[in-house]
Amino acid sequence: MATVTFDKATRIYPGGDKPAVDALDLHVEDGEFLVLVGPSGCGKSTSLRMLAGLEDVNGGRILIGDRDVTTVPPKDRDIAMVFQNYALYPHMTVADNMGFALKIAGTPKDEIKRRVQEAAKILDLEQYLTRKPKALSGGQRQRVAMGRAIVRQPQVFLMDEPLSNLDAKLRVQTRTQIASLQRRLAVTTVYVTHDQVEAMTMGDRVAVLKDGLLQQVDTPRRMYDHPNNVFVAGFIGSPAMNLLTLDATDGGLKLGDTVHPVERSLLSGTGDKVTLGVRPEDLELSTSGLPVQVDVVEELGADAYIYGSLAQAGGEAHQVIARVDGRRPPEKGSTVHFTPKQGHVHLFDVTSGQRIGA
Amino acid sequence: MSTPTVASLQITAARPYPDLLDLPWDVPLEEWPEEHLAALPRGISRHVVRFVKLGNRVLAVKETNAPIAHREYRMLRLLNRLEVPSVAPVAVITGRVGRDGEPLNAVLITRHLQYSLPYRALYSQMLRPDTAKRAVDALAVLLVKLHLTGFYWGDVSLSNALFRRDAGAFAAYLVDAETGELYDELSPGQRDYDVDLARTNIAGELMDVVASEALDADMDEVLAIADRIVSRYHALWAELTEPESFERGDRWRVEARIRRLNDLGFDVGELAITTDIDGTTVRIEPKVVDAGHHSRRLLRLTGLDAEENQARRLLNDLDSYTAANGRQGEDEEIVAHDWVADVFEPVQRAVPREMRGKVEAAELFHEVLEHRWYLSERAAHDVGLEEAVNSYVVGVLPNKPDERAVLGVDSRSLPAADPDLY
Repeated sequence: MATVTFDKATRIYPGGDKPAVDALDLHVEDGEFLVLVGPSGCGKSTSLRMLAGLEDVNGGRILIGDRDVTTVPPKDRDIAMVFQNYALYPHMTVADNMGFALKIAGTPKDEIKRRVQEAAKILDLEQYLTRKPKALSGGQRQRVAMGRAIVRQPQVFLMDEPLSNLDAKLRVQTRTQIASLQRRLAVTTVYVTHDQVEAMTMGDRVAVLKDGLLQQVDTPRRMYDHPNNVFVAGFIGSPAMNLLTLDATDGGLKLGDTVHPVERSLLSGTGDKVTLGVRPEDLELSTSGLPVQVDVVEELGADAYIYGSLAQAGGEAHQVIARVDGRRPPEKGSTVHFTPKQGHVHLFDVTSGQRIGA
Repeated sequence: MSTPTVASLQITAARPYPDLLDLPWDVPLEEWPEEHLAALPRGISRHVVRFVKLGNRVLAVKETNAPIAHREYRMLRLLNRLEVPSVAPVAVITGRVGRDGEPLNAVLITRHLQYSLPYRALYSQMLRPDTAKRAVDALAVLLVKLHLTGFYWGDVSLSNALFRRDAGAFAAYLVDAETGELYDELSPGQRDYDVDLARTNIAGELMDVVASEALDADMDEVLAIADRIVSRYHALWAELTEPESFERGDRWRVEARIRRLNDLGFDVGELAITTDIDGTTVRIEPKVVDAGHHSRRLLRLTGLDAEENQARRLLNDLDSYTAANGRQGEDEEIVAHDWVADVFEPVQRAVPREMRGKVEAAELFHEVLEHRWYLSERAAHDVGLEEAVNSYVVGVLPNKPDERAVLGVDSRSLPAADPDLY
């Protein structure tokens, strides 16, 4: 097992005008499950492939443990790409399907047997080892594929959108399995997804990328509670955080007919306007504050989500999402007022998008 | 079919295939009735795949999720346009709903490649090691071709290719592009990974054939066959792409290299030629392409209409001419015009009038180059075009029949083919 370090790692595609991955600094702890997440084209898969040795590194270094692997061929990096290939061989037993790569590598028979047994135990496949793949369910076959990677005992597991070819039901199930399996094995894992829910539910830490640049790397909780910039704020969380551009006024920000108090020192370096972020669950119904016309009420039992529109001073309609008590939600078409819970707002500079204050 | 599910089906296809709607899209592929299926050998796949008869066509239908089906459809279209040996995509169908109202997976439909076989169908009872070797060789050629176009496969295996018989050998075609990605150029890491994965997968596939008792081989023999993909791939890749340096006087080595590439079944699309500062060493780096474009390029550049192989020969000489005169940076058409005037025409004029009807112009030029090649190789230095032409006109051409006359002969007067042969 080992740590993984991206040290100002940069990838520029031939003919590209800007880096696909730009001076990435990222340290993954031994045994940690790190998820790279971001929208399409953000550089997450490129970063993973740089670690795998599939992409040239044009600047900086990549280390596995203390070893600089920047120019090491993929097969000598002691990593395993999980799920890349999981066509199972029909005439071979489950045990042979799991251990065949070890056999090719010349691993002694006893050692293969031991590792396959161990993996099968972890994967709950022990009673199927002598059977043929035909006798397995879809989920079990998926686990045999994981077993192939596990028996190799690599230093690092790499997974690139491994769940993308599964149907929705199997995806949620496999997501949980991978996460718990990784914790039991404690093998350093780098996992790529475009799905922030997947990232937040699986990762020990999550790294958000955009346009080849690392935006933030943090635990899911801290990422949610403390986004570094307006992009992370909008990307992480479902439904998304409300982001409103408000006028700064003496003592705070103008929020409808009220002023949301903000420490003067925080607003000293900003312009006339500030972006205020507030999560749907941090908006409270009130008699004054943000006037919101209710467009849709999504009832989920205990809670309900209000999707409404806010008529801002500039006249531009802005969607507002708020979580309310599911037993007494406002009616569709009515106008209600919301104020943010004190201490649960996020302020961002309008120009730079960076977080203001702690 | 009049089930209400049809209304929600989305079909993406380059050409309309109205009879696609006649297939039971509201039934999971695994449960399709025999009447729709074609009895063709199936390979192993992580997805459900079936061959379907539709009119006089056979289609391969693969169930997978919608984004993957669309992605692979686009990728296969791209590969077809790049003339990479691969199956041709027909359509993607999404929005399938089962009879119980549950959504069903999307499907990707490809045209079945006629006379093609999955590797498991290359043998009936027993797989001969020699057959396995030839399949691996074909896969190595396919992998090199894919890598040259910038395609990273990500899942190279015998199962993900189809094989066609080709005069004692096999030609391989890509079937599964699901994990593939297209780049301008591949990194060594991407190529290494594909080759290493191919080796592992081939060994696994052969171990499975051994387990089915259709291949009598021990582990060492299996590994030796799988290792072929590595050695064949690297040898071919090196020959096709590696730069080569030599003394300026050894210009014949440019042709020697091109000849070796042609013998391997590749054409040289572009030849980067650089000389060092003092001009004594020449370095060449070929860019190979698939056949077919040389006659078009020759026609565009020179107006000469020639067969593909002749065109290739003439263009190779044009490229050598460009390099020898240090005109790589110039407009290609202007250089081509000068080459016609300085090289091509003089060769034609060197032939005495009475012998001009013997061989067609492009073929004659080719033969002169051929003759020069042999003379140069024997002398181990370039003998030059003038000497070659003179030697050819004196020593070779007089002994040739008059081809124009042969071409003009009425075919009825030619002897009939031996009826016993048919």
